[in-house]
Amino acid sequence: MKKYKAKVFVTLRENILDVQGKAIEHALHSLEFNNFNNVRIGKYVELEVEAQNDGQAEEMVKSACEKLIANPIIENYNVEIIE
Amino acid sequence: MKFGVIVFPGSNCDRDAFFAGNLEGNTAEFIWHKETTIPSDIDCIIIPGGFSYGDYLRCGAISRFSNIMKEVVKFANSGKPVIGICNGFQILTEAGLLPGALLRNQSLSFICKDVYLKVNNQDTPFTNQTAENQVLRIPIAHGEGNYYADEETLAELKQHNQIVFQYCDENGEVNDNANPNGSLLNIAGICNKNRNVLGMMPHPERYSDITLGNDDGLHIFKSITNFINSN
Repeated sequence: MKKYKAKVFVTLRENILDVQGKAIEHALHSLEFNNFNNVRIGKYVELEVEAQNDGQAEEMVKSACEKLIANPIIENYNVEIIE
Repeated sequence: MKFGVIVFPGSNCDRDAFFAGNLEGNTAEFIWHKETTIPSDIDCIIIPGGFSYGDYLRCGAISRFSNIMKEVVKFANSGKPVIGICNGFQILTEAGLLPGALLRNQSLSFICKDVYLKVNNQDTPFTNQTAENQVLRIPIAHGEGNYYADEETLAELKQHNQIVFQYCDENGEVNDNANPNGSLLNIAGICNKNRNVLGMMPHPERYSDITLGNDDGLHIFKSITNFINSN
């Protein structure tokens, strides 16, 4: 078994209005960062996984995302595995 | 009849639910989340409001994996009534007993105020003692009550008359001004297809006795009592 680090990024699905992202976008515009648009807020989860290989580690983390870490009704997730 | 009130670490409306559960000649009992059985004399489960497990990760996401929730799912699947109030509604959606999810309020604020609810469906264990299109005044207190479901799910909810409560104005008009949190279709409460599982963001237990200022919430508890006693 090897130890891997997994980085999970969870964001609201594109068709869902991200009210926190909008609030930050407005704040950025009021600071004259006028080139910034479509701000989306998400969560970042970092965890250690023991697995045979990186493929297996990714499978395990994805399964955890489906069950708990993300809510697929409203959220997308993206998993990165690092050795 | 007897209510079972589920208690999680972080529940904070459990005592109010217990109070309401003891009205109308009924009794109530607390059930700790670590329990692995629901006592056989319980007729209806209340999942109360609060911040179970500190709302960590997402509201209701962790509570749904507690021991007692496995039993609540079995209880619900056997056709017995389950009502989730506020955090209880969030837990029921996370557990898959009700469709959709509850997002951050569109205003990003925690909203604590009275709202008006239009009762769309009298044919449920929770609303059989309300009149057609009755308007109830009941308080909300939540930061994440903005109901969301995809279009297909919304169409299904409408088709099966599962949208039990909608935010409305005093006169029962469902409109954007009466929508406190951005919920799609002004949804304040829904039931499952079988109609034995109800989730609602407003708190009927807080308005269950006239000494609390209003007893509109009592209609819900009277309906459940009537449903149990006539079945």
